[in-house]
Amino acid sequence: MTEPTEKTTAAAPEAPPEPVAEPAVLEAPPAVEAAPAEADVAEPEPPAPPSRRPLVKRHHGLVRFAHWANALLLVGLIGSGLQIYMSFPHFGPRGGPYFPNPWDGKPFPPRVRLGGWLAGALNWHFALAWPFVLTGLLYLAYLAFTGEWRSLLFRPRDVPRAWQMQLYYLKLRREHPPQGKHNALQKLAYSSIVLLGALSVLTGFAVYKPTELSWLTALFGGYQLARYWHFWAVWIFVAFTLVHVTLVLVVDPASLRAMITGWYRGRFPSHD
Amino acid sequence: MTDDRFPHPLNRRDLLRLGLTAGAASLATACGWQGGPLLPALQGASRLNDWVGEKVLLSSRHLAPQYPHSARTPENQFPAYAISRPLLPQLADPAGWTLEVGGLVRRPARLTLAMIQALPRVRYTVKHHCVEGWSAIATWTGAPLASVVALVEPTPAARYLRFDSFDRGYFNGWDLKSAMHPQTILAYAFNDHPLGAAHGAPLRLYSPVKLGYKLTKYLTRMTFTAERPGGYWEDQGYPWLAGV
Repeated sequence: MTEPTEKTTAAAPEAPPEPVAEPAVLEAPPAVEAAPAEADVAEPEPPAPPSRRPLVKRHHGLVRFAHWANALLLVGLIGSGLQIYMSFPHFGPRGGPYFPNPWDGKPFPPRVRLGGWLAGALNWHFALAWPFVLTGLLYLAYLAFTGEWRSLLFRPRDVPRAWQMQLYYLKLRREHPPQGKHNALQKLAYSSIVLLGALSVLTGFAVYKPTELSWLTALFGGYQLARYWHFWAVWIFVAFTLVHVTLVLVVDPASLRAMITGWYRGRFPSHD
Repeated sequence: MTDDRFPHPLNRRDLLRLGLTAGAASLATACGWQGGPLLPALQGASRLNDWVGEKVLLSSRHLAPQYPHSARTPENQFPAYAISRPLLPQLADPAGWTLEVGGLVRRPARLTLAMIQALPRVRYTVKHHCVEGWSAIATWTGAPLASVVALVEPTPAARYLRFDSFDRGYFNGWDLKSAMHPQTILAYAFNDHPLGAAHGAPLRLYSPVKLGYKLTKYLTRMTFTAERPGGYWEDQGYPWLAGV
């Protein structure tokens, strides 16, 4: 229901200064067209200028909400988590030995911590954890009900495609492999990040109720190991976010706008 | 590469939104912010978590895992906190110590250590979980709290328990369900020797289903109440239920 207004408001500032505003619906996406051109060493067809690309609806409001809500929630969860960590900056039983950890016994600077002290951080952490779980479930339910998971789930057939994509990023392959909404490496990333979210939530519960959910805690190797995995999940999230944001800005900046407004006018307009 | 790699510069509005989002995020991490105007919401979430912890996750049939003696933490590595530290709370007249059990009960009692040791005996080797994140294993011996509850016959109005101590007024409030858990005990022995001054002598509350700060040491009094009692740390913002 918000779509029509969104389209007009989104398209208005989008209109390029040139008067050539022709309907772009019939334009074939150049990246996809280049598909059989692997053996064709000749000049690939130059991509259409940005202004002539089709404007496509890319992300449902629910997905955008889940994305930005989780981004904010993760900032709060990680900040409060680092504050909690300060109370016992080790992983292992009292008396040791402690598991390898570059931050063992080290404090984190106040500006990355949230809550001020242990109790304040715990209250943040346990309050933000539920919305994190709920938006995650909401997102997964959306993918399941709409079938959108098909454009996101990394499957065995994506393995060679991911390899080709990696070759392209390493400049060992000249042209961008054909892709739909996402390329195979993106599918790998966006499937893994869901697993990472699940790992964070499950290890979180294992640390939160190690006695009442002792089966879950045992699954992760016990209380201290569950804390350990919970902590490492943070650094994977941080690394993911750095790579994610870099690739968005370098490879396909139009996708940032798509995640904000829902509308996309960029290199990869296919929605398959 | 052509300039096509940057086909679509962000427009001003997108940047504004991005800035607002990032601004809110960095504000939230600005140092020791405990919530400000959001604090009531955080406290509400904490109460919700207490409810889930007590009504959904806590089961009186689910027992904490037990460990072999070989898994015990070396005694000098087992932390022992008291708010009177560095002084250890100690009784002037240990022989005259009694546990006063009262409040909303039909038969208030004053129990000596010998009376408590004559009650059914529970002994287990379990993992202790501190709110700080450390854990340690020890053997505890004591009388099930449920057996003391049975002695004094609480009235139907009794819904909570308050535990008081001689550690400079340290106290805790408990829900009855956690108190009646079969592994919740009034402990008088640690690793098979009488409880020392560091661990709460002569009598302390112990349970593997609660965080350490709920396990009142140096007990003096147990009071059944209708209203939820606070607690030394709980009143300063720590989670009230603290079930593990």
